[in-house]
Amino acid sequence: MSAILEVENLRVAYPSRQGPVEVVRGVSFALGRERLGIVGESGSGKSQTGRAILGLTAAGGRVTADRLHFDGIDLRGASPRIWRQLRGRRMSMVMQDPKFSLNPVMTIGRQIVEAGRRGGVSRRDAKARALEMLEAVQIRDPGRVFDAYPHELSGGMGQRAMIAMMLVGRPDLLIADEPTSALDVTVQLEVLGILDDLVRDRGMGLVFISHDLRLVSTFCDRVLVMYAGRVVEEIAAADLDRATHPYTRGLLNCLPRIDAEARPLPTLERDADWAR
Amino acid sequence: MSALLSVDDLSVTFGHGADAVQAVRGIAFAVAEGESFGIVGESGSGKSTVLRAICGLAPVSGGRIALDGAAIPAPRRADFYRRVQMVFQDPYASLHPRHTIDRVLSEPLAIHGFGARGARVEAALEDVGLGHGFRFRYPHQLSGGQRQRVAIARALILEPKILLLDEPTSALDASIQAEVLNLLDRLRAERGLTYVLVSHDLAVVAHMCERLAVMQNGRVVEELTRDALRGHAAEQDYTRTLLRASEGFRKDGAT
Repeated sequence: MSAILEVENLRVAYPSRQGPVEVVRGVSFALGRERLGIVGESGSGKSQTGRAILGLTAAGGRVTADRLHFDGIDLRGASPRIWRQLRGRRMSMVMQDPKFSLNPVMTIGRQIVEAGRRGGVSRRDAKARALEMLEAVQIRDPGRVFDAYPHELSGGMGQRAMIAMMLVGRPDLLIADEPTSALDVTVQLEVLGILDDLVRDRGMGLVFISHDLRLVSTFCDRVLVMYAGRVVEEIAAADLDRATHPYTRGLLNCLPRIDAEARPLPTLERDADWAR
Repeated sequence: MSALLSVDDLSVTFGHGADAVQAVRGIAFAVAEGESFGIVGESGSGKSTVLRAICGLAPVSGGRIALDGAAIPAPRRADFYRRVQMVFQDPYASLHPRHTIDRVLSEPLAIHGFGARGARVEAALEDVGLGHGFRFRYPHQLSGGQRQRVAIARALILEPKILLLDEPTSALDASIQAEVLNLLDRLRAERGLTYVLVSHDLAVVAHMCERLAVMQNGRVVEELTRDALRGHAAEQDYTRTLLRASEGFRKDGAT
């Protein structure tokens, strides 16, 4: 399997009064045309990993890596011109909350057209493509949504519109940062179904970032479990029950279950060694 | 079963005339003393509005809410809040950012004329597993789980009988959620509290509550016991959909 994304020893550090704080500390993985899950609690560095890959680390943050290649292109120190060619066209990111990530004063249609237009595409073609994408994410009335403003849509619709926007450039790599955490469970599954089809039909690589270990294990092929900026365990999703790292096991066990009684719930006993 | 808290044909309407939105459309349930009752539903189903209506924070347009068999007067009187307290969803929004924990916990004591406030504040912090070292901190110096513990301490400091819990753990990480759920479980056992817990997470409700109601579009579509839920004995399609959805994604695309 040829990897479209190779990450070796990725580190992200932010300055602080006590000197630089490393929030991602040596993350390495390779991604093929598959679904890779990155799971961890808040502050584990999972979102920072995703943002660093797309060059979206906040100002002040310092990203270093031994290797950060996307389809043979070295992303370390890539020029703004190269980033413009990549972002939105070959790699995109779906953010957590459509309420904060869509432009509130632009219609959905204009935003998708803007994302999908590149040199030589006529306005009419771009609109047709946008409507096609809205249909692809299972929006029943694409015409209405095209002319709607973000506040006129529900959370699930907004999230689908954002996925349509990210996919209109037909990227090879999609980084989805908690794409369904703000959605209801039933809508959540529909959105996952859409992402699943896209990975299968288009051979897209997907990095799925989430705090929900159980959801990720049912959706992804492979899971990286992050703790304190490091990957503590990499495991095939199907083997999650056989996870060996105490943190992974702890995360799994502390969830309440419908079909089993555990009282009190096992809590996570953190070990200082995990962060080392 | 004599109900401690009963809700009968409750309706809540926001707005007037053509803009009126009926958030809750005639729901009924009863909770016995010492029981833990859950309400599940998706966003917009009206589940939080029910709790807010009980607390007097939502415009009730019809029906009856009774405590110990007696209708609760509106507006609520001070003695109501001695018996019923609420814990809100977001511990980042429900604590005053410029009040110390000590002030947050002392305020209800002052309002209700309790004595020995210092000792009560210390005891309340101890009860929720926070040491007295937290007493003079500000909310921004606390993690999300610690803040939610403070919110629970604030609700319990008046020694109420009923706690209304509105998504008490949905803003927290899974491991912290387990700690807070265990804390709520222990406090209920120790003090014989009655809970009404609202959540979108079926697993949380199944863990915490003996009985639950499933809400959709402002109505209760089904009321069932925890055992029935575990036995997958749900009768309504919507409940079954929620049950299936809570098991995670399936590759065959069945949602």
